[in-house]
Amino acid sequence: MGLWMPGAQMEAVLRHGEATYPHECCGLLLGHPAADARAPRRVVEAHAMRNANASSPRNRFDFDPKEHLAAQRQARERGLEIIGFYHSHPDHPARPSQYDLDHAAWPGYSYLIVSIMEGRAARGEAAARSFELAEDRSHFIQETVETTGTAGSAPESA
Amino acid sequence: MAIKVFIPTPLRAYTDRKVEVEAQGQDVGEVLEHLMQAHPQLRGQLMNPDGQLRSFVNVYLNDEDIRYTGSKKTPVKANDTLSIVPSIAGGCPAAVASGRC
Repeated sequence: MGLWMPGAQMEAVLRHGEATYPHECCGLLLGHPAADARAPRRVVEAHAMRNANASSPRNRFDFDPKEHLAAQRQARERGLEIIGFYHSHPDHPARPSQYDLDHAAWPGYSYLIVSIMEGRAARGEAAARSFELAEDRSHFIQETVETTGTAGSAPESA
Repeated sequence: MAIKVFIPTPLRAYTDRKVEVEAQGQDVGEVLEHLMQAHPQLRGQLMNPDGQLRSFVNVYLNDEDIRYTGSKKTPVKANDTLSIVPSIAGGCPAAVASGRC
């Protein structure tokens, strides 16, 4: 499996995480599901969502369900599908937490996590990692992320 | 009557890749039951072993979450649409000494 993502969309996710720091950002990965078991899910657009968790936005996120429903409809009207979700871990590594596992939806989505350290996207491979949920929901499995154009990491100067 | 049910992307593996399917019933519970009878692998994805919707599964009849309209007893009428939408949440735990999530 794996995730294929235009570099510009990965950059958008990292910039979203920096913009909301020290709060978590979150969003949808819109695109096309894997054509077969070995093909990647293909992102067309990273669609920013509002972090609706007002009580603890530094270490929690959730989607407003009605905004999620509306975004799902809009994506469908554009011929896109929700193939995954992203969120940031402010000052934490891009690894799923137990809380992420406890609140995951179904296997078959990509769960992209970006690490924002002291307000800036982590460098290199540590910036963004993607995972899918095991069929028995017991753990996440890291999947490959292939980006085109600009690299997935933050630029050296911006 | 038959109404349209929108299937989220990962669950289309169990609906012959269909984005929307028709299912019959007089209320939401009957529609869901008909849907799961037609596509049996959906049951484990939508329901707990005790037959209740999984905690992260939201069901919308048109724009309304059925939890607020009568749950499975919510009546359906012609041209209604049912949407299955997962709750999405996550994040790090509170900062811990190890600095790990």
